[in-house]
Amino acid sequence: MGAYLEISGVGIEFPTERGPFRALQGVDLKVDKGEFVSLIGHSGCGKSTVLNIVAGLLRPTEGGVILDGREVDEPGPDRAVVFQNHALLPWLSVFDNVLLAVDSVFGGRRSRAWRRQWALHHLELVQMAHARNQMPHEISGGMKQRVGIARALAMEPKVLLMDEPFGALDALTRAHLQDSLMEIQARLNNTVILITHDVDEAVLLSDRIVLMTNGPAATVGEILRVELPRPRDRLALAEDPRYHRLRQRVLRFLYAGRRHGEAEAAAPAEEAA
Amino acid sequence: MDSAFPVAPATASRRLAALGSELARRLRRLAPPAAGLLVFALLWQGASATIDTSLGRFPGPLQVWEQAGNLWAEHRRERRREADFYRRQEARNAARQAVDPDYVPRLRPYTGKPTFVDQIGRSLLTVAFGFAVATLVALPLGVLCGLSETAYRALNPLIQVFKPVSPLAWLPLVTLVVSAVYTSADPLFEKAFLNSAFTVALCCLWPTVINTAVGVAGVDRDLANVGRVLRLSPLTRLRRIVLPAAVPMVFTGLRLSLATGWMVLIAAEMLAQNPGLGKFIWDEFQNGSSDSLARILVAVLAIGLIGLGLDRGMLALQRFASWDKGAAVR
Repeated sequence: MGAYLEISGVGIEFPTERGPFRALQGVDLKVDKGEFVSLIGHSGCGKSTVLNIVAGLLRPTEGGVILDGREVDEPGPDRAVVFQNHALLPWLSVFDNVLLAVDSVFGGRRSRAWRRQWALHHLELVQMAHARNQMPHEISGGMKQRVGIARALAMEPKVLLMDEPFGALDALTRAHLQDSLMEIQARLNNTVILITHDVDEAVLLSDRIVLMTNGPAATVGEILRVELPRPRDRLALAEDPRYHRLRQRVLRFLYAGRRHGEAEAAAPAEEAA
Repeated sequence: MDSAFPVAPATASRRLAALGSELARRLRRLAPPAAGLLVFALLWQGASATIDTSLGRFPGPLQVWEQAGNLWAEHRRERRREADFYRRQEARNAARQAVDPDYVPRLRPYTGKPTFVDQIGRSLLTVAFGFAVATLVALPLGVLCGLSETAYRALNPLIQVFKPVSPLAWLPLVTLVVSAVYTSADPLFEKAFLNSAFTVALCCLWPTVINTAVGVAGVDRDLANVGRVLRLSPLTRLRRIVLPAAVPMVFTGLRLSLATGWMVLIAAEMLAQNPGLGKFIWDEFQNGSSDSLARILVAVLAIGLIGLGLDRGMLALQRFASWDKGAAVR
């Protein structure tokens, strides 16, 4: 009996001018339904590559991904991606960006009125309904990312893949979006894989934190279970010793991992895909 | 007055001051280009006095201005003559019909020579036709090259070889081919018109092809991935993601193409004898009167101003049609 999402023995090699570059090696991970899992590691360790393989945007050289009993072999809306730079189509309004996704997922099955209502509902979910007629260049970075999340959620994905979604935002905006994401996740009980390099973000949001070793040939180093009760409040957590212990463990791993990585690979690994 | 409206004079003077500073700001903005033009005109007037050509003294700005007025007056005169001609013809026909009710009037078109303004219109029509033909060919070709690496590699050598060919090299070929292929008894277009237009099309094709290809091939990877995640069909992906993403580059290509086309047109018209600005210059050159050089300079300035106008028009169209409102003004 497999898990809801199972990544097993995944490795990937990229052809480069200096021969093949092995980015990932033997990545194993099981995610339960409704679980929130963060992948954390230094930049260039290949955590985004893992996400892209689950999304189907990259094909692994070996190993595979099974989601809900089906092998992943191409991208699809059941694995909606929230991109780091939001990836909203700049020529469509906020509403039309979400509607494009809704139409392509529910096009044949639901009425036009239902689809518009569904798109609007998800904009309301991320508190962006007021800006539905604005163009992406007219709204702030945090708002764009909210719309990106609305677009992904509106696809009703089996798993929501988030690729450093808040990495480009200022600290205050990031905190607001993290809180919104926690609220939404509590309501919809989505299965989420979040790529991040922010330790606080990982501890605050996750049920489990997957610590990735440094590339080349990066793999899962350690998995931490975050046993903090939900709903979580960032202010209360700041005083919670368990929170700090978890934070310390992640930091220690990353710090030790980096030294380990530097000793092993003379040249720092480049960000692969 | 003052005691009744103690505030009024103060606001009025403040408003006047604001108006004054606004005026000063505009003057400062206008001063450099105005000074540039003035210095140029003075240098031109000074230099022209020292150049003696076989057609007399090289014209200065004043003579050119005078000839511009003459050309306009000639245009007005010609239009009056045309109107008179039709009025006389109608009167004559009416008179004959009054005598003989069975008479079917023959309408003769006016056959005066085209004026400078007519020739500008003709040139604009020719460049529009050539540019339209080029765009209809270039856009699909560019999209194809952008989508398919194979198509790009197949077509790139052709593009690179034909791109630098001068319009003067194309024209004889175009002329012969048009003569051979376009043999209608009642031709819709004159051959000279088609020769010029197709030469323009051949020369202004390339910037649109190249820029469209670059725009289509260079779609942001994340946006392309959005299309993949949504499993859009290839056609929907093209329509909803690839083409809109390429629009700014397409417009850059179109602007370059139109500018090239307008430049090429004058040379093509000279040789093809299409009655536009190119033929106007050629005829004045052959005519060799003492006014010819000034009239040619009027045409040169008209060509420059119309070229500027066409470019600004395309830019306005781009601003209107493209989602990328930050399009560069250059």
